Amino acid sequence: MNEILKILLVLIGAPIVGCLIAGLDRKITSRLQHRVGPPLLQPYYDVMKLLQKDNIVVNKSQNLYVVIYIIFVVLSLLMLVFEADILMIIFVYTISSVALIVGGMSTGSPYARIGSSREIMAILSYEPILILYAVAIYILTGTFNLSALDEASNPLLLYIPFIFVSMLVVMNIKFKKSPFDYSTSHHAHQELVKGMFTEYSGPGLAGIEIGHFYEYVFLLGLMFVFWKVNILMGLILAVIAFLFVLVMDNITARVYWQWMVKTSWTVLLIISVVNVLYLYVYDIKIV
Amino acid sequence: MSLAKSPWIIHVNCNSCNGCDIEVVACLTPLYDAERFGVLNIGTPKQADIMVVTGSINYKSVNVLKNIYNQIPDPKVVLAVGACASTGGIFHNCYNVIGGVDQVIPVDAYVPGCCPRPEAILDGVVAALSILENKKKGNIKGKEVKLKGNEVPSNA
Repeated sequence: MNEILKILLVLIGAPIVGCLIAGLDRKITSRLQHRVGPPLLQPYYDVMKLLQKDNIVVNKSQNLYVVIYIIFVVLSLLMLVFEADILMIIFVYTISSVALIVGGMSTGSPYARIGSSREIMAILSYEPILILYAVAIYILTGTFNLSALDEASNPLLLYIPFIFVSMLVVMNIKFKKSPFDYSTSHHAHQELVKGMFTEYSGPGLAGIEIGHFYEYVFLLGLMFVFWKVNILMGLILAVIAFLFVLVMDNITARVYWQWMVKTSWTVLLIISVVNVLYLYVYDIKIV
Repeated sequence: MSLAKSPWIIHVNCNSCNGCDIEVVACLTPLYDAERFGVLNIGTPKQADIMVVTGSINYKSVNVLKNIYNQIPDPKVVLAVGACASTGGIFHNCYNVIGGVDQVIPVDAYVPGCCPRPEAILDGVVAALSILENKKKGNIKGKEVKLKGNEVPSNA
C-alpha cells in the first residue's frame, strides 16, 4: 500500500515539481538579464497550449519515440525513488536519451540530424562519469544498491568531492544549458533551428516537455544522493546544482562540441578516476 | 485560454529592408521584454502559433512564404508588420513586387508604420492572441495555400 502511494506521488508530484523547476529557471534567467520574465507557471501554459495544437508528423513512428522516452525517464525516476541498483538506473536512463536521438534521426530533417549526432557526443561525454559515480558507490558500500546508503555513517560527498564536481558539469550537459546547449538549442535558431526537436509539433512536443519535467527531478535526485543520510542537506545540494547550472547558463557562451568532449575526457574523467583510485587503494568503506 | 498565454512566434523576413526586423528583435530585448506575455521567438514553423511577416512580397519570396505558412499547425495567426507587409509600402509599384502579405496568404492583423515601434508590434501580438482564441473556439482551420510557382496572382 505504501509503495503504491509512493508510485502515485512520483507520477503526479514529479511533473509538478519539474514544471516549477523549469518555471524558476526561466524566471531567474530573465531576472539575471534584467528582464521581467514570464510568469512562474509559463512551462505549464506552454504544455497546455501544445496539447491543443494540431499534430503534424513526418512519419508514423515519430511520436512513438516520445512515448518511449517518457516511459524510460519515469522508470528511472521510480527506480531512484525505490533505491534500486544505481548501475541499472543509469542504463535505463540512457535508453530514454537514446529514444530521443532515434526519434530525431527518424524525421530526416538535416537540423534534427545535426542535433541528434551532437546529442550522441553529449552521451559520450557524460556516460563515463556516471559509470564512475556508480563504481565509487560500489567501492564505498560494497553494493550497487542505493538502499545501502541509508546505513552509511558519512555522506558520499566527503569521499567523492571530485566526482561531485564532475557531476555538476554533467548536470549542465543534461539540462542542455549553455555552454553545452547545442543539441536542442534555445539560442541557436539561426543555424540549428531547434536541433533534435525540429520536426516535433503540438502534442509530440508537449510529451517531450513533460518528459523533461520528470528528467529535471531525476537529475536533481542524482545530486541528492550525494548527501542521502540527511534529507535537508541532500535538498541543499540539489538546489546548489540547479543554481550552478543557471549561473553557468547565463555567464557562458556556446562552445564547439569538440570542446565538451575534450574537457570531459581529460579534466573531468581524470579527476573522477583519481577519486575512484584513491577509494580503491585505501579501501575506504562507509557501511 | 492557455493558447493566449504562450504565443510562440516565427519571424519571416520577405524582402524587408531590415528596419522592421530590427524593431521585431528590439521587442525581445530587456527594455520591451516580450517574454512577459510568454512570447518566444521560435525557429521552426511546426512549433509556432503566430507568423510575423515583415517586408513586401516579391516573386522570389512568395513560395517560401506559402511553404512556411502551410507548415504551421492550426490554430495559427498571421501578423503583417510594417507598411510594406501591410500594403507593399513604398515598393508597391516596383516591377518585382506583388504587394502586401494579404495578396498571398490570409492576414489576421496589421501593424502599420515605417518602421513600427516595438510597442506597436507588441500591441499587434497581443491583439493576435484573441484572434487565436477565437480560431480555436470556432475550430477555424487555415486554408492550405497552393504553391503555384512564380506566376502573377490574378488580383495583383
